[in-house]
Amino acid sequence: MSLFQYRLSELHNMLHAGQASVSELTEESLSAIARLDDKVNAFLTLNEEGARADARALDDKLASGASRGLLFGLPVGVKDNIVTKGLRTTCASRFLDNYQPIYDATVAAKLRQADAVTIGKLNMDEFAMGGSNENSAYGPVRNPWDLERVPGGSSGGSAAAVAAGEVFFALGSDTGGSIRQPASYCGVVGLKPTYGLVSRYGLVAFASSLDQIGPLTRTVEDSAYVLQAIAGYDAQDSTSAKVDIPDYLSALTGDIKGLRIAVPKEYLGEGVDASVRETVLSALKVLEELGAVWEEVSLPHTEYAVATYYLLASSEASSNLARFDGVRYGVRVDEGGGLLDLYLNSRSRGFGPEVKRRIMLGTYALSSGYYDAYYLKAQKVRTLIKQDFDEVFKKYDVVIGPTAPTTAFKLGSQTEDPLTMYLNDILTIPVNLAGIPAVSIPCGFAEGLPVGLQIIGKEFDESTVLRVAHAYEQHTDYHKQRPQL
Amino acid sequence: MSITVKDVQHVARLARLHLSPEEEAMFTEQMNAILQYAEKLSGLNTEGVQPTTHVLHVSNVMREDVVKESLSLEEALLNAPEEEDGQFKVPAVLE
Repeated sequence: MSLFQYRLSELHNMLHAGQASVSELTEESLSAIARLDDKVNAFLTLNEEGARADARALDDKLASGASRGLLFGLPVGVKDNIVTKGLRTTCASRFLDNYQPIYDATVAAKLRQADAVTIGKLNMDEFAMGGSNENSAYGPVRNPWDLERVPGGSSGGSAAAVAAGEVFFALGSDTGGSIRQPASYCGVVGLKPTYGLVSRYGLVAFASSLDQIGPLTRTVEDSAYVLQAIAGYDAQDSTSAKVDIPDYLSALTGDIKGLRIAVPKEYLGEGVDASVRETVLSALKVLEELGAVWEEVSLPHTEYAVATYYLLASSEASSNLARFDGVRYGVRVDEGGGLLDLYLNSRSRGFGPEVKRRIMLGTYALSSGYYDAYYLKAQKVRTLIKQDFDEVFKKYDVVIGPTAPTTAFKLGSQTEDPLTMYLNDILTIPVNLAGIPAVSIPCGFAEGLPVGLQIIGKEFDESTVLRVAHAYEQHTDYHKQRPQL
Repeated sequence: MSITVKDVQHVARLARLHLSPEEEAMFTEQMNAILQYAEKLSGLNTEGVQPTTHVLHVSNVMREDVVKESLSLEEALLNAPEEEDGQFKVPAVLE
């Protein structure tokens, strides 16, 4: 029987009781990857030998009776924009094709300290820019539910690897919905924590004021489990928050009686597929039956979120990606010109079209004469979007809606039209702009494809978000359904 | 306001990107579409609204100035595309 049917806490107990070994779990993950990844293309780098060696060491540790970390023996896949010492980290870009980090990101170090086994690095949109995972220099990831469709982006490899049963959990990053949207398309649980809760040290920066690392898992309990291990203040990240970390697992009580849910009318309006809307309304009915009450509210500035996001994120990206110049690491194209030619040629050959598009847009928005009209204006609208949430949270515990307006679309169907592609993120982007937490959980299917329910919470109130998600999950079985591959 | 190929060429220079004529044409069209969409922000009254530079109320982080071990030369140069005598090597800037 496959070990992939168990929750992380069950696997933890099984390892402790000697019913399975870390090496067995690791081999199960590696053999699933060998069997499935030609179809899914979720992995960019496999840490086969390293994972086996780590597994043996952990089995020895268990035999010696030494204390075990929270993620003891659990195989994990890590999005390839999180640097891992000695393990190639490419950001799915030709620019970093041969990049070997000399240090671990804080989350990578925390996985190690918690005794997880890093199986490999996961495919993504280049530098985390995209909503379909078609922007990888190493080919698109395919959705395990329908290989002709996208898995969502930019953490498409992380979501697909978990959905396909290649790893027991994965880490992704979310700048405008990059954990939640692929979680929705692939039928898994994706959590974007509050900005600052999980250290970004060692995450290759895309848009520093929006990026946040979080888990992709098969259940809400698994999500709480992983968050417990990776959350916490980090002096190496100047934007890390000094807050107490609660016990997320004990928050999963199953009790949501009297919980007040706000459902923004903008999240179920025009542009949202009728099948997605119906599925979300059915999910609200389940929550109602569990004792929660919901009311329609308005987040009036929602329609401005996408424009705000693309101006801010692209501006930050153009600045962050200025460091890729072909001098200290990555691609170098030296065709005999001067230093300026070296920069121009290295960047032009190293970056793919979506990355160039965002650098161009950001450079324009920040350039002389346009800063006030674009960048500063967007920062002010960001304030209004955050205030919308603040107002709603005075009266309600969570905000609920769909994660994405549609289910997964066909590969190639939107690549010619970046603006349409950007609008897919309209329901996830406001959360990043406000810096608050949100989770996407499976809440049904439309024409055989998973639909995600998005539960948004107050700043640092992951406990409530997870409690609601868990209560819903306990009364449905969508999270137990697996794609046939 | 619309962006011309000349604007795109100027921005590409600022961004240290060399674009092919096809890329210039494509980005001119796409940036126009995206910026036209972004124009919707200009219709919103933001008078008196403070810009959000950071969602959390954080202040600058300072630490004691303590001497610590730094990267070794080998580590610092591990990913260097070209090096010489313990330094990153680049084409000559001055003739």
